[in-house]
Parts: sequence; C-alpha cells; structure tokens
Amino acid sequence: MAIIEIKSPIPGTFYRKPSPENPVFKEDGADVVETDVIGLVEVMKTFHEIPAGVSGKSIRFIIEDSDPIMAGQVIAEVEG
Amino acid sequence: MNIRSILIANRGEIAVRVIRAAKALGLRTVQVYSDADKDSLAVQLADEAVNIGPPAAAKSYLNIEAIIQAAQQANVDAVHPGYGFLSENADFADAVVAGGMVFIGPNGASIRLLGDKIAARAVASKAGVPTVPGSDGSVANVDAGREVVERIGYPVMIKAAAGGGGRGIRVASNLEEYERYFPQAYAEATSAFTDGSLYIEKMIESSRHVEVQILGDGENFVHCFERECSMQRRRQKVWEEAPAYCLPENVRQDLCNRAVALARQVKYKGAGTVEFLYDQKTQDFYFIEVNTRIQVEHTITEAITGIDLVQEMIRIAGGEKLSIKQEDLRVNGHAIECRINAEDPSKDFMPWPGLVDELTIPEGDGVRFDTMLYPGYSIPPFYDSLLGKLIVWGTDRSDCLSRLRAALQNFKISGVPTTIPLHIALANDADVSNGDFDTKFLEKWLVTKFVVADNKSEEVA
Repeated sequence: MAIIEIKSPIPGTFYRKPSPENPVFKEDGADVVETDVIGLVEVMKTFHEIPAGVSGKSIRFIIEDSDPIMAGQVIAEVEG
Repeated sequence: MNIRSILIANRGEIAVRVIRAAKALGLRTVQVYSDADKDSLAVQLADEAVNIGPPAAAKSYLNIEAIIQAAQQANVDAVHPGYGFLSENADFADAVVAGGMVFIGPNGASIRLLGDKIAARAVASKAGVPTVPGSDGSVANVDAGREVVERIGYPVMIKAAAGGGGRGIRVASNLEEYERYFPQAYAEATSAFTDGSLYIEKMIESSRHVEVQILGDGENFVHCFERECSMQRRRQKVWEEAPAYCLPENVRQDLCNRAVALARQVKYKGAGTVEFLYDQKTQDFYFIEVNTRIQVEHTITEAITGIDLVQEMIRIAGGEKLSIKQEDLRVNGHAIECRINAEDPSKDFMPWPGLVDELTIPEGDGVRFDTMLYPGYSIPPFYDSLLGKLIVWGTDRSDCLSRLRAALQNFKISGVPTTIPLHIALANDADVSNGDFDTKFLEKWLVTKFVVADNKSEEVA
C-alpha cells in the first residue's frame, strides 16, 4: 500500500479547524476523497481551503494546528 | 515640543514612514517587533527595537499590555499607532495616556465617538454635513426599519453600527429582501462585533469615493484638500489620486469646508480623514465616516500640498499649535498612489509572501516609493500584503499619468508576484486616463478588460 503525500500549494499558517470553536475538518485516521477539505491556510490575512486532492485511507497529519507552513510542504499522508 | 522620543506601535511601510518623520524632527525612535519581523527595515532603521511577542498579530501588534510595557521600558514620551492594528482602538489610546505617555492621535473619547458609525453620523448632521438618507440612529427591529426603507426607497443597505471597512453590510432591493436580510445582519453583527445595533442607509448606486484630509490642534482646523479613492477591489483601495479630478471647483470648496466644520464640531486634535460618497450625476456628496488615524494614502496629499502630515501630527501631539493656515494652502499639480501588494494578478490576486531577490526602484522628479522592502528581505506570511506605495506627482493629471507610466516601466521587484502589472494596465487604460470611473469600475474592468501574462517569472514584473 502506497503512502500519498498531501502538500500545501501556498505558504502561511495551517489550521485544522474552520474556526477555533469548531471540530477539526478531519480526524487522524479518517478516510478522505479528493474534494474533502482537510484544513485552511491563512496567508496575509486571507484564508484558503485545502482540499485533499487525492482519495485515500487513514489520514495522518504531519503539521499541527496553527503551525507555519511553506509552499510544497507536506501537510498529511494517506494510504492510497 | 514636549516629545523627544517615540515608540512605533506598528510594522511594515508605515513604521518606516513614521521613523523617517521622527528622525527629521530629531526624535529618538523605538520600534516594536514580533518574532516574524526581527529582520524588518523598521527594526534596522530605528534607534532601538523591542520584541513584543510571537508572529500572530493578536499576540504582538494587537497586544495592548505588551506594547505599553515595551514603551515604558524604553522610556519614551509618545506612541505612534500608524494605521490598522491599534490605531483606532480607544482603549489603547487611553492606556497610553494612563501609562504616562502621549498618544499621537485624537484622545480615546474622540476615537470612541467617531468610531461609532451612528454617533458619527449624528455629529456630522449637527455640523451641517450632508449624510446619506437613512435611519436617524439605530433601528430597533425589522418593523421599525420597514418605515425607513419605504420612505427612502430601494436599494438600501443594512449596516452594523460597529462595522467598517465594508464589513457587516447587506443590500436589499425590495421589501421581501429587506425582511429576509435584517435578521441575518443582526445575527452577523452580534457575533462579529458583539454589538448587534443596525442602521439603514439608501444605497447610492453610482458613486465615487472622495475624502478630505483634516488637521486640527483642538482649536484651529484646516483641510488639506481631498483625495479620490474610487479604484477599489473588494472594498480595498488600490489606486488613489489627489485632488479628486471629478469635482467641480465649487463642490470641492463646499466639501472641504464641511469637513472642517465637522472637525471643529468635535474639537479634533491630530490628523484625520472625513470620507464621503460623491454622486457625480447630482453633484451631491454624503458623509460616510471619519478615520481618526493617518491613512495609507496620506502621501498624495503631501505631494500636492508640500505638508509632511506625519511630522505635523507628531508636533500637534507634542503640544504645538497648528503651524498651517488655510489661506496658505494651495493645490499644486496632481498625484497618484499605486499600492504595490505581494499578490498575483494572474491568480485572482492570491497573496504570495516570499524572498525579494532584486529591487529596482524608479527614480526621477516627482517619484516617491514608500516601502518596507530591501533586497534579500523575506516577506512574512502573517500580515497584510502591502509592500509599498508608488507615489508620482505631475504638474497636472495628464503629466502625472505619463510620469507614472514611465515610472512603472522602470520598476522591478523580483522573487514574488506583485500588483505592478495591474497598475501598468490601469495607467494605460483609456477610461482611467479620462478619469472616468466609479467605485464599481475596477471589479468590472478586471473581468472584461484586464489581461495579464502569468507572472510566475517575475523578471518581467
């Protein structure tokens, strides 16, 4: 089973929740399909949804909520 | 003047601007910075720098306690708030004064009064400044507002008293929409601003945004003429001009005099801006709001009047009387400011921070570039995308535009995408050259006229 990386297309701050009071978009271990939103990246006061872009099982987040992220950095891995 | 040292409670290009003004006055400068800004130009230029916390603005540039502590530690006489962040926060102004220092701007009570949109509208009315037809004060509920909308006619805007900068606004074109949107606007205002008060205004469909720069020392008040800021995208100004080309001379005089009347009404102290909507068809103007801070686009007023507004606001805060008399002020030529943002015009203006490799800044008569950039600077992702402002002056508007086109051709920022290609296209557009645009122009123009090459390779940006 191959491991597929989900990368951030943009730099900024990564958030796993739509807002601080809400639950995370995806729990660790959840399955995802391409269109599922897995997080937000805040860059220069604007927020951008990050879709999984791939279908896979058992997502594992590499980046913590509220961590800085570079463009091209791996956010999470899924089993494809 | 009883100010010998100031702390700059801001970042980016405005921090650099304030430091330059303070140095020209011979003052000691202390720059605050977050962990993300330790390499900033402002930190390098200031005499001293104090770290106030992590990158997130809420924990640094919006942290009143940390900033007051830094100011006291550095033993400064005064605090300059710049624009944005805490610049229009009355509690911050009060805290600076309670800490034994001078706040460079109006006092907390004035900020509070003019920051409340309903109260400001009442003050404007009292000073004889025309306001947009609408509710006098807040509207208690959907029924009370129904009477108002039927009197003033559609479309109407339902606005949050605590809103601003385009936030908390809904537009209704008929009674059904009004009844649907009012409860939504109320819920939104309550959650976004904790204050759910709403008011209603008639929407002026084709309008231009004009604003008057005022200065006051609490007893004497002048205007420094007006600016036009109709070129907006998502209610953010992109390109500003001074004076407003669209105004006939008699309207200009009237508009500016009314802004001074408003300043006198509240005994204004400092630099401020009175914003208006202007209906070109009827030549009517209507008060929108007062901004109690220095504005991003203050530079074009400086270009046509020769006044250094930032130095002037520091002197006023330092207890000096206004040195300028209205009869000495004249409009000299025309100036345009282009906001240069780290945004990619070919990708719907996606903000894009990163490393600036090379910088070629246009030079020449009447050309000024206010910026936080230097070659090798890494633009952090945590703050807004404004990198700098290109300000070009000419003897008249057409001379200004031709100098602007030349300046933009010699302008290169490599490493990150910028809005320079947008400004090149605007400066060469026929409608823009004729001064023929309103507040809705830019968004339509971007869809129908704007063609931009993918500027991934910034060599040509």
